[in-house]
Amino acid sequence: MDTLDNNRYVIQARNLGIYYGDFKAVTDVNMDIERNKITAIIGPSGCGKSTLLRAFNRMNELVPGSRAEGQVFFDGEDLYAKGVDPVEVRHRIGMVFQKPNPFPKSIYENIAWGARIHGYRGNMDELVERSLRQAALWDEVKDILHRSGLALSGGQQQRLCIARAIAVQPEVILMDEPASALDPIATLKIEELMQDLKKDYTIVIVTHNMQQAARVSDYTAMMMLVNDGSRSGTVIEFGETTKIFTRPSDKRTEDYVTGRFG
Amino acid sequence: MVIINGRKQERRASMRKSFESDIQHLKDELLLLGSMVEQATLDSVEALKKRDIEASRRIYDMDLKINAKRYAIEEQVMILIATQQPMAHDLRLLASILEVAGELERMGDYAKGIATINIRMGEQPLLKPLVDVPRMAQIGASMLHRALTAFVNEDAETARKIPAEDDEVDLLYNQVYRELMTFVLENPQNIERANWLLWVAHNLERLADRVTNICERAIFIVTGEIKEIKSTYDEFEEKK
Repeated sequence: MDTLDNNRYVIQARNLGIYYGDFKAVTDVNMDIERNKITAIIGPSGCGKSTLLRAFNRMNELVPGSRAEGQVFFDGEDLYAKGVDPVEVRHRIGMVFQKPNPFPKSIYENIAWGARIHGYRGNMDELVERSLRQAALWDEVKDILHRSGLALSGGQQQRLCIARAIAVQPEVILMDEPASALDPIATLKIEELMQDLKKDYTIVIVTHNMQQAARVSDYTAMMMLVNDGSRSGTVIEFGETTKIFTRPSDKRTEDYVTGRFG
Repeated sequence: MVIINGRKQERRASMRKSFESDIQHLKDELLLLGSMVEQATLDSVEALKKRDIEASRRIYDMDLKINAKRYAIEEQVMILIATQQPMAHDLRLLASILEVAGELERMGDYAKGIATINIRMGEQPLLKPLVDVPRMAQIGASMLHRALTAFVNEDAETARKIPAEDDEVDLLYNQVYRELMTFVLENPQNIERANWLLWVAHNLERLADRVTNICERAIFIVTGEIKEIKSTYDEFEEKK
């Protein structure tokens, strides 16, 4: 865990802690996110899963009073070092949220807008098509590209948001409960899509749905509040998903994945 | 308090009371299946010893009940897997119950096999009075009883100790084998009757071997590791 290996791992957190004002929401996280794999973060509500996820692309900084301690190495560079531009960080480490949030613009513009802002100079039509294809949405929208993104179904909107994230060609896609607002069929489509996407991207997903974590991820991080009254969360067990769900090492993970509490 | 790894441990109030009572019910059913197999084994040998054909026919009925119970357990496990999404310890336990129910059914088939031999022998008397064979049945049934108890109590420690007792069954089997061979050598007309008894002893030897599989599963539930416990029979097979 202590050695940095940015060939194998795209993100490596070291002694990472995250504060909101005086409150330390996440404490002492050390974990390595392997390239082209899906890593799931699970744990009970309020244990800091989303906070940890957002620390991976400095999204927490949008909350006033938040700060991080420790390091998050991305391709070997500390994301929190002086002089690192958070906008550039979020370009290379994209994010998809729980509730689909397409821009109130056309499907086409939803994709093109971010790419344009990030200085994309290539053929925009090609980029839009490629992104929508990668997000498994192209066939459903190719004839209605100029209709509003908000006119799509929830599942389609979420895939549009994934296409939008892909369009700026990130290395990592962070997903915060990407399917929790979707019906089971739309959920399965997102999960299938994730399997396709991991060929080209690394995915980190926060999910409340343990079966989803078990189905889609290669690695699982189990988070829990530290038992010292501080109400800080940390990663208590991290390993291959198959092991976490068949023979976890930590009793608390066992109790959580078997539904004994949480 | 709950029993985990064979020890009593404090556990938070469970949020899955009904699932846990379903699991407890399954364990009870498995114990019941085990006691049916135990009884069938002892009865099959007793019937042979007494040359009681009617008693052997009753083993056939028992075997039908054993098979039905195994399928009922299997179905319950499937339903729990489908509806409760068991993970970790629960998953290992349910998978192991499936496995053990299958082992028990096969053991029931051995008892049925012994009953078949008694029926086939018809009017012919036993080649020799049975001494070692009932002993094998008793040891096997006792091993089975304790292995299954260790399994439902998730008591890995006891489960690790039981397979060593298989050596005694193997020893008795070899003794029976040698004894029967002397009968055959004395008079080739003894071949068929010797063969019958050898088959009975072989079934009992296999039953004790299968107890080891139950012990392996008991350990697996607790540790999450599946390791083969070698019986002397396996070693014998490997040396050949």
